Amino acid sequence: MMRGGAALLLLGLGGWGAAGAQEVLEGGGPASQASYAPASLDHPGRELFERNCAACHGAGPGDDGAPMLPGTAALERKYRGQVPAALELRGGLGAEVIAVFVRGGSGTMPSFRKSELSDAQVHEIAAYLEASAAAHLARD
Amino acid sequence: MACRWCSGSSPPFTAAWCPEVAVLPPDMDEAGFAALLGEFRAAVGEEWVWSGTADMFPYRDSFSPVWDTAEERHASAAVAPADVEQVQQIVRIARRFRVPLYPISTGKNFGYGGPSPNVNGSVVLDLKRLNRVLEIDEARHFVLVEPGVSYFDLYRVVQERGLKLMVDCPDPGWGSPVGNSLERGIGYTMPHFRDHFGAHCGMEVVLPDGELMRTGMGALPGAKTWQEYPYGFGPDPAGLFAQGNFGIVTKMGFRLMPLPEYYRTGLITVRRRQDFAKLVEHVNYLSDSGFIGEAVYGSPLAALMGDASFAAVATRPGGPADADMDAAAEAAGLPSWQVDLQFFGPEAVTSAGWQYAKDRILSDIPGAAALDGDHFALPATEDQLLNTTQSYRSGIRRYGALGVPSLGIWRIVRDDGHVGFFPVLPRSGEAVFEMQRVLGDALREFGMNSFFNATSAPLYWHTFAFQMVFAPTVRKNDPSHNATVHRAMKKAVAVAAEHGWGDYRAAPIYQDDVAATYSFNNHAMRRFHEQLKDAIDPDGIIAPGRGGVWPRRFRR
Repeated sequence: MMRGGAALLLLGLGGWGAAGAQEVLEGGGPASQASYAPASLDHPGRELFERNCAACHGAGPGDDGAPMLPGTAALERKYRGQVPAALELRGGLGAEVIAVFVRGGSGTMPSFRKSELSDAQVHEIAAYLEASAAAHLARD
Repeated sequence: MACRWCSGSSPPFTAAWCPEVAVLPPDMDEAGFAALLGEFRAAVGEEWVWSGTADMFPYRDSFSPVWDTAEERHASAAVAPADVEQVQQIVRIARRFRVPLYPISTGKNFGYGGPSPNVNGSVVLDLKRLNRVLEIDEARHFVLVEPGVSYFDLYRVVQERGLKLMVDCPDPGWGSPVGNSLERGIGYTMPHFRDHFGAHCGMEVVLPDGELMRTGMGALPGAKTWQEYPYGFGPDPAGLFAQGNFGIVTKMGFRLMPLPEYYRTGLITVRRRQDFAKLVEHVNYLSDSGFIGEAVYGSPLAALMGDASFAAVATRPGGPADADMDAAAEAAGLPSWQVDLQFFGPEAVTSAGWQYAKDRILSDIPGAAALDGDHFALPATEDQLLNTTQSYRSGIRRYGALGVPSLGIWRIVRDDGHVGFFPVLPRSGEAVFEMQRVLGDALREFGMNSFFNATSAPLYWHTFAFQMVFAPTVRKNDPSHNATVHRAMKKAVAVAAEHGWGDYRAAPIYQDDVAATYSFNNHAMRRFHEQLKDAIDPDGIIAPGRGGVWPRRFRR
């Protein structure tokens, strides 16, 4: 696109939300779209998540005043707080479930090709999400 | 070919695609297909060749309005080479088997077909593994990349190396500089950088016979200026590879903007509907003089579209009376139009530029007003990037404006995605009003008046032209809705062309419609392209049909 409808439609949006402070700012992208996991969590799936998923499913604030990133906001709308909307906080999904959404997409989320993420990498991401959620639970 | 999906049934599945029966390349049987895949596997490795409905699902266009219908286009297989030599091998194999390849870079061209091909049964040449930033020069402001590099990847390299360079990014940022520029995609910063194809400088191309060619100074062995002088000598074929099918681009150079020292924003508002014409002329001057980045137009009156009486005025057949729109604006206490201006450069220069813009516009348009916006040194802090401190409602996408890739824009994607029609029009108020009126009336029957009404603003993405947007949503489980969208898209293309407005980019399912509107002198340009295609790729090995260019083998 995509570039297109977006900017124009945004003109009609108002109400800047408060941007939440980022707990840990890491990764090569913008800080708000980096991993939310504790800095001490050293996991091979972490970089994969940061580079392939966090820009949409991270726990940080969204662009231009949006309170959440788009994928996280979509899961918040879907589950209404019954489970954490940010995948790094959620846990319990497992590699098979993650693979269903990665390969098949869901709603506006397109599917990912094996040239982008191998099956082994999808498993690494799933394992990282479990470890991240566990780390947060342990800290709480 | 019968199965539980399509046995004895009518479309959607029988004509083009069945979930349980993979599509084959044109003019090829299953034995030939198996032999083809075997050769691909030998060239690139077993694990980098895919076929079958499960692995090919991500190569479908997930934003397709013809999803699960006979019109949907399906690839038969995908192959992902690791380097240029493997690309050449694949092309030579495909040529021998007479199988069309459909090259993709990162495959994120959503709204324009995604990774899906023009021709059923094509093999997707997935270039994601060619993912190296080959050279980046902070002093001479250029980069040379492979097609699998995304804007996120390039931004990360700039950040990790601490380079004072700005990358002009499209939205969203997971696309490829190579792929986006070859689609003539656009960004948000200064005019000559946000035209991504215009900012390219030098490319390497695998031709349909497997030969390797470099354009511009890259054709001169030993030249050190491949990314600094795009033309070289003689005819420059680079343009043939944008929205075309004359070769596979494996390297591409881009000019990069030096990271500006400072960023400044300001908002200009005008009271009356017709003030827009003068406002546009002033902004044209500022832009063409190199004073400003992307100017973001909007109408504050769009906020009134939820009011039925105002909406009736703004969507009135034949267009509203200016007096009625002005009266509505006055009653609501809103200006009719606004434009966000953006300045890049040394702080003093941005300050002087904004002051000049204010003086110039406010002295010429009675009732115009100016608001000082955010301004800060670059690189931006995290808070500045998040854009939460602007004192007025702004249309600027801060990430994009500052050359930072993001997926945040995905928040406005509705249903299961959308398709896009972005007609090009002159930068004038009169042209904008005419397009509002003509396309608003033309699309009225489809109930999609949110795109073209008297509050619809132009997009100033291209350097010297406006566009407006028609981007209706698609719904995978609502064939009736999708069929309406499909008809609306085709009508929009046709009606726009009757008024001299052409689309700048299209999904494969619309490329023939759009190409047919560029018909000067009995389609002289298309016939020229066909002659070229027939000469270098008569069997249609490279993306037959892309850009509306068909080789003899596939011409109907």
